[in-house]
Amino acid sequence: MTDDRIAAITMPKWGLSMQLGKITSWVVAEGDEVSVGDDVADIETDKIAGTLEAGSAGTVRRLVARVGEDVPVSGTIALLASADVGDDELDAAVLQARAVIEAGAVPDEGGAPVLESAQAGGRKIDYAGVGSDGEVVLLIHGYGGDRNSWLFVQQPLAERHRVYALDLPGHGTSGKDVGDGSLEVLAEAAACVLDAIGAERAHLVGHSLGGTVAVAVAARDPGRIGSLTLIAPAGFGAEINADYLRGFAGAQTRRELRPLVGLLFADDSLVTRQVVDDLLAYKRLDGVEAALEALLGALLDGDRQRIDASSQLRGLGDAIPVTVIWGSADKIIPVGQAESVPAASKQVIEGAGHMPHMEKPSEVLAAVEAALRGG
Amino acid sequence: MARNITYREAINEALAQEMERDDSVIVMGEDNAGGAGSPGEDDAWGGVLGVTKGLYRKFPGRVLDTPISESAFIGAAIGAATAGLRPVAELMFVDFMGVCLDQIYNQAAKFRYMFGGKAVTPVVIRTMYGAGLRAAAQHSQCLYPVFTHIPGLKVVAPSTPYDAKGLLIQAIRDDDPVMFFEHKALYDLSGPVPEESYAIPFGEANVVREGGDVTIVTLGRMVHHSLEAAGELAGAGIECEVIDLRTTSPLDEDTILESVENTGRLVVVDEANPRCSLATDISALAAQKAFGSLRAPIELVTAPHTPVPFSNVLEDMYIPDPQRIGNAVKTVAEWAR
Repeated sequence: MTDDRIAAITMPKWGLSMQLGKITSWVVAEGDEVSVGDDVADIETDKIAGTLEAGSAGTVRRLVARVGEDVPVSGTIALLASADVGDDELDAAVLQARAVIEAGAVPDEGGAPVLESAQAGGRKIDYAGVGSDGEVVLLIHGYGGDRNSWLFVQQPLAERHRVYALDLPGHGTSGKDVGDGSLEVLAEAAACVLDAIGAERAHLVGHSLGGTVAVAVAARDPGRIGSLTLIAPAGFGAEINADYLRGFAGAQTRRELRPLVGLLFADDSLVTRQVVDDLLAYKRLDGVEAALEALLGALLDGDRQRIDASSQLRGLGDAIPVTVIWGSADKIIPVGQAESVPAASKQVIEGAGHMPHMEKPSEVLAAVEAALRGG
Repeated sequence: MARNITYREAINEALAQEMERDDSVIVMGEDNAGGAGSPGEDDAWGGVLGVTKGLYRKFPGRVLDTPISESAFIGAAIGAATAGLRPVAELMFVDFMGVCLDQIYNQAAKFRYMFGGKAVTPVVIRTMYGAGLRAAAQHSQCLYPVFTHIPGLKVVAPSTPYDAKGLLIQAIRDDDPVMFFEHKALYDLSGPVPEESYAIPFGEANVVREGGDVTIVTLGRMVHHSLEAAGELAGAGIECEVIDLRTTSPLDEDTILESVENTGRLVVVDEANPRCSLATDISALAAQKAFGSLRAPIELVTAPHTPVPFSNVLEDMYIPDPQRIGNAVKTVAEWAR
């Protein structure tokens, strides 16, 4: 926008391959006031459906993109401006933005995550980095996840930081051998990624099993870690939804998998056909079944959690600032376990399940930004 | 990482990865090595449409050219399977099955049953099928219903490069004889395929498009024609659920019935001739097991009960096209008692 009194809401980039998005419905209308984090529009790509949240506050003056049309990533979909901005100025801005949409030009990929590989104990570990300045942030996914589970937060965080997301052993496109499935194997992989990046200092953000991995990485070399942000981490209580874990490891078909994946979210309408198909495609890869089984053995002792990250974290003392984030409607690990995490900052996100970074990304982003400032 | 490769390359990659993984996997058929050992260029063909090209160099001695005698080499493959190898034999066109059918339906298909489960026959017979290449009556048929009829055989017909690789790997690892149908008009179709090996289980249909108004059950090349029709119909306000069977034996009854129970309307699209076909079989299944859910008569979109014509104009009319599929969907969507 040439006029800085007009702010653009743009088509987000959700994931490495996204070039175009489609608005399926508007949540806001012209004339509405929006605050940061308010839902703006439902958007779908060929991979995923999600809700775009406002990144800045203001009055919605114009909806630029039409429902159902393809909009290139970073194309303007709506304009925010205060009442003193005239209609003529807004109409000029709309024309300019419409021209971009109608040209269908896909922006250059300069800001897209770059995929690289590291070696950890003979295993190939893939990771994707984005962002050129600032502190190093490493995002560590949970059991059965991959680096793409950070698609709603990696790119926005990269505006101020160098943000990397890895595929743990046995996951994504990394090597599928997990050895004995122990936490050490996973922590070694994450540490090797930090070495490969050349990061002397890094902030770790870990989800679920990835939270436990983050704690283990910090325990290996506490001086290297600027802060720990743990999202619904494993290892801070006995209770866990063991039926979910075993069901996920064993599910062979779409019909078996879909209801299980629904348990991850407060709102299971987020589980699209594509989400389930992508998970099935992952689970069919050679070696994945064995990897998930091995990790299950390390995670579970009967129906209870085997891993104790709590004492490991306490052992670190106050050296590293810890933030814990939990969805209020977590159906995998109960939100009550947040109490057991020795963290300076605790945040429960209302209306989120086990995947708050997918369901309520702007709240997770704000918490991670705060943690980075604190660290 | 997934990259885009063709259906032909996906099949080649599945063969290469399984041959790499398991020494007992061998490939045999007419021109599969492509003139190996004879004067002239080595590896010139790789099968009549080049699917096995390059394997002969990677796996010396394990890609065998055979005489033009299906009864001999299909029988040899089945015998080798009972003796411990995992042969993948290429029956160039399924239209030639007549000359080797006894080996398949009365031998391979029966061994596990007749020997009380003590014998396994892990053979894969890859074969081309389908119209559209101006190859006329003797090189264009869709004969998968014939094999689907026979207990003891598994029958697979992938529609995409992703499915072709994953289903062929599953076929090679399977301990039963598998008939693997490759549509010749799909060989140049490109799509995302992971570099890693993966197996897609048999008997799991793929819901390739979700919709609540009409269920389209289909397979092979017709998946693409059905998706094209479904895209057009969505513009007219009719949402189709498109189910790709992937395998006709075993058949994923649950996915079909669940969808029909939801939509109440069924169109079956099948490139094969209509008598005793998948189309009639699936409509019988729905009529018997989802009768209470049906809100309209079932429509079948198939080839007519004729040989595939040699005339280009007639061949184009013979193959079910998106327009005929669209008309059938509208018929069931608008049907009123």
